[in-house]
Amino acid sequence: MLKDITLGQFFPGNTIVHRLDARTKLILVVVYIAALFQATGWISYLAVTAATFSCMYLSRIHPKNMFRGLKPMIFIIVLTAVLNIFYTTGTPVLPGWPITWEGIERAVQMILRIILLITGTFLLTYTTSPIALTDGLEKLFNPLKKIKLPVHEMTIMMSMALRFIPTLIEETDKIMSAQKARGADFETGNLIQRAKAMLPILVPLFVSAFRRADELAVAMESRCYHGGEGRTRMKMLKMQFRDWAALVIGVGFLAMMIVMKKFGL
Amino acid sequence: MSTIRVESLRHVYSANTPFEKVAIDNIDLTIGHGELVAIIGHTGSGKSTFIQHLNALLQPSSGTVFVDDADINADKISRRDVKRKVGLVFQYPEYQLFEETVYKDIAFGPENMKLSKEEVDQRVREAARFVGVDEELFESSPLELSGGQKRRVAIAGVIAMRPGVLILDEPTAGLDPAGCRQILDNICRYREESGSTVIIVSHNMDDVARIAERVIVFNEGGIAMDGSPNQIFCQPRKLMDMGLNVPHSSLIALELEKLGFPVSCPCYTPQQLKAAILAEKEAGIC
Repeated sequence: MLKDITLGQFFPGNTIVHRLDARTKLILVVVYIAALFQATGWISYLAVTAATFSCMYLSRIHPKNMFRGLKPMIFIIVLTAVLNIFYTTGTPVLPGWPITWEGIERAVQMILRIILLITGTFLLTYTTSPIALTDGLEKLFNPLKKIKLPVHEMTIMMSMALRFIPTLIEETDKIMSAQKARGADFETGNLIQRAKAMLPILVPLFVSAFRRADELAVAMESRCYHGGEGRTRMKMLKMQFRDWAALVIGVGFLAMMIVMKKFGL
Repeated sequence: MSTIRVESLRHVYSANTPFEKVAIDNIDLTIGHGELVAIIGHTGSGKSTFIQHLNALLQPSSGTVFVDDADINADKISRRDVKRKVGLVFQYPEYQLFEETVYKDIAFGPENMKLSKEEVDQRVREAARFVGVDEELFESSPLELSGGQKRRVAIAGVIAMRPGVLILDEPTAGLDPAGCRQILDNICRYREESGSTVIIVSHNMDDVARIAERVIVFNEGGIAMDGSPNQIFCQPRKLMDMGLNVPHSSLIALELEKLGFPVSCPCYTPQQLKAAILAEKEAGIC
């Protein structure tokens, strides 16, 4: 059950998408989102969908993994669709019905927009290792150090948090198995009973999380970690030709979307 | 009565992803009632995956597990009921303690079985006695105890369910020698008094040599050897080829052999080794 959580998961690979610099990919995701929100007509939606699928194809990530990440979002997607179907004014599908043709069109576009938004951003985490991602973030936000923002501390916290997600999931799994072996039941009962049933998991999980945090702090200090001041990196990020090319394509795509919006496509 | 029968068991982790891994494959095994079985094998050989199939915590990718001739994965109810028959103590079980007091923690299992208050109380006291946890400790927090005490409380939590089969995954890992011996003695005593089947996963070959009646060796997701300690430990080289340790006494015997003094097997416990060396001396070789 817990293994289904794909947030922040990384699928190693050696495709052009994997090899792009993390900074490039981060910027491209922002550009992608901006482009996605320019889409108003069917042709522009088609363009974004095509772009998303070609990136997915280039990354060789199996679409099944892509859509597995969508599972937790189904509720939001359905809710948005239903609201849009019923609350858009226009020509009714049948006389006297609250459902309008415009509503249906709007709902389909909304579903498409959410799905594309999620798959596009998942493509980033699927193809970029957490370390590269936080390195990229740190580099991108580096100018903010001028206004005394603790960029290094923030990114190291983020990379540690990402690093420990799988560990904690594994730990939760183990504790759950152990409590199940002692007859704990997490699946039946009403809301209060289920909340109570979580206690045998949460208490050991918190105890071990604190223990881990303590041990990690000691391990880091004993290796002379003292913040970002003067720290060098093993893997230097370096923009390559392919990064600049990808950025140019991305910005070009955004420009195209803006033009399409102007023409109402 | 609790017999375990496993037929062509196979388990694949993360099937259909780049991380796909066959953990165990094609395992056929029968463990009779009341046996004391030790499972050995190096890290990643599939031991832990295997034992989690025995009480339906993991469902096989293919194959069947029978406990008392009933398929434990037949339906939801049999998957639940088997957890009462087969008690599983995980590695480092002290990390699962969560209640405010030792007593409540041991009582967690029996209470989940919906037993009467008196019955629960009786079982908690009995289980605590088996593992040597003093009743004076009942009202203290499990987090205040020492490592060895925590471990024993956690084992008591499983024993309190009175399982017909008790499985322990490395029950002595990380304990000092005295703590190890105490836990193993407690387990042996529990088995004698309750008549349950006991399965121990261990890396400590001296412990295995001392207590086990049957040894099963896992290697690369399958059973490589299965037999009495005599049959297994008299082939020390085969074990070493699989990257496993052998009992210290066997090591000494191997060294003696290198020096030109072959010692006849069995010689994997200190007592046996002593007897074997004395016998050689008697025969007039030395």
